Amino acid sequence: MPTTDRKPILLDFEKPLVELEARINQIRELAEENEVDVSDQIHQLELRAVQLRQEIFSGLSPTQRLQVARHPRRPSTLDYVQAITDEWVELHGDRCGADDLALVGGIARFAGRSVVILGHQKGRDTKDNIARNFGMASPGGYRKAMRLMEHADRFEMPILTFIDTPGAWTGLDAEQMGQGEAIAYNLREMFRLNVPILCTVIGEGGSGGALGIGVSDRLLMFEHSVYTVATPEACASILWRDVTKAPQAAEALKMTAHDLKHLGILDQLLPEPVGGAHADPLKASAVLKENLLRHLAELDQMTNAQRREARYQKFRSIGVFIEAAT
Amino acid sequence: MSLFDWFANRRKADPTSREGQEREIADGLWTKCESCSVLTYTKDLQANQMVCLECGHHLRVYSEERIHQLLDPGTWMPLDQGLQPTDPLKFRDRKSYSDRLRETQEKTGLVDAVQTGLGQLEGLPLALGVMDFQFMGGSMGSVVGEKFTRMIERATATRLPVVIVCASGGARMQEGMLSLMQMAKISGALERHREQRLLYIPVLTHPTTGGVTASFAMLGDIILAEPKATIGFAGRRVVEQTLREKLPENFQTAEYLLFHGFVDAIVLRTQLKRTLGQLIRLHQPVKALHSQRSEMTATLNTVDQPSTLQNLLLDY
Ligand SMILES: [Zn+2]
Repeated sequence: MPTTDRKPILLDFEKPLVELEARINQIRELAEENEVDVSDQIHQLELRAVQLRQEIFSGLSPTQRLQVARHPRRPSTLDYVQAITDEWVELHGDRCGADDLALVGGIARFAGRSVVILGHQKGRDTKDNIARNFGMASPGGYRKAMRLMEHADRFEMPILTFIDTPGAWTGLDAEQMGQGEAIAYNLREMFRLNVPILCTVIGEGGSGGALGIGVSDRLLMFEHSVYTVATPEACASILWRDVTKAPQAAEALKMTAHDLKHLGILDQLLPEPVGGAHADPLKASAVLKENLLRHLAELDQMTNAQRREARYQKFRSIGVFIEAAT
Repeated sequence: MSLFDWFANRRKADPTSREGQEREIADGLWTKCESCSVLTYTKDLQANQMVCLECGHHLRVYSEERIHQLLDPGTWMPLDQGLQPTDPLKFRDRKSYSDRLRETQEKTGLVDAVQTGLGQLEGLPLALGVMDFQFMGGSMGSVVGEKFTRMIERATATRLPVVIVCASGGARMQEGMLSLMQMAKISGALERHREQRLLYIPVLTHPTTGGVTASFAMLGDIILAEPKATIGFAGRRVVEQTLREKLPENFQTAEYLLFHGFVDAIVLRTQLKRTLGQLIRLHQPVKALHSQRSEMTATLNTVDQPSTLQNLLLDY
């Protein structure tokens, strides 16, 4: 988990909050120096700060949510693995010549049972981010994921996937190694697996790179996460031919958890601690664990065939069109 | 003047004046090859399936003509023609999606970017889906996803092979996540088709990129591509931005994918129907072959072939 003693990273819309907190501290120091009791006033101001934080975070625009989703301190796949599991063995390699650090996977003990966990992994700092390619997985990452999902199916372990990527890697090497094929293969084969699959968007869900580990029985999503067909930046530069229109694109793309719930794509919205998951990672982890367990219990009640049929129908029903008689 | 010269002249002949030439191009009487710039009489080009008679360049073909090229005359039975796109996100960029849809529909006479149906190819029944690049770049939204899914489900239920001619820039951004999810939906339908041991052949034409490449385009039992077609996941410019050096000359061409092992064969358009027929026949169960043979024998009986040949066929 990110340690609390590190200097907080502030988003622009958090400014009024930070100013208020600074003032509270100032008053407290002055009061101590002058030996005056201002505890009542401080208490009032602190209540105001909590209220302000709630106000700010309940009314975030899609662009602001994207900032929270991309927050450098936002809990990552490995953070959640550490928080919600009792044992964890990370496994490596696609057995085709690559091990992609942008997509991690392994076997864990989760509430007493063995599960396979897969997820995109962003870095904690610049060096780590370079090693992990900013969470943009290569074909080797998707093939490693598939290999581990086959393993899960063979040993009857449920699969938990965590989505947190700006998108699949778009380098020359990725094209050469068949990025399209690697993702496509996972999309098809994930419908074939018998074990329960639970997918959670923990941060940024970027297009095909997210979907490559996103075919599931249940789709969960943290409140400030986003899931989109294209990043607002890419969408703005293609449709508006102007990248500065990204905020308009973010709005138009309907990529927030609330939007996706409304469109029938999302099964479960996970509330975040006030200030975002990074403000209280342990609380966010508890919410995640509780919800994963509940959905897993539901899926346990079904036979393999029922689960596969329901998974098929879940995706089968997505889409909006008009049907006229011909 | 030899007949050959006459044909050659007819192909190359510059219409008398420049204005006349432009008018005739505009009228569609003549077509200019975008590769070698030679003007060809459009009817001659169509007779050669829009493959340049000079340089062999494959000019773009839209869904109507493609269906005509691939299927036996009079066998096309379109499916789900009543499915129409709508604007679920009320999406607006420089123009509203609703207006864009209406304008494109008026301009192209198409309802959306795909035609699906059943038909016969060299007498072989199959399900055929053809994407149409002139409809918003062949982009995949809810209608494309639903039409493909219904066609594949129908092919699974009636045990038909599926052929999809791809031509698409990828997911349709104006339908947001609904578009992205069509990738999964179609892949799921293909999984069921595959589970029944039925044959699926995508034909990748220029261009096949983005979400289409990352789903059904790459899921064929056998994957065919047209010469020099652009095929890739990310756009060329996007890839270029990640690099300091220049991209290889043939980057993201059908030939590049063949070299790296991602397509089975590059097939000339003029050979496509024959190749598909051959591949489908090679996958027919032995029982079907038997029934075809008995049909042949029946034919032979009626034309009263020498009995030795008849015996030969019966023994075979
Ligand atoms: Zn030419």
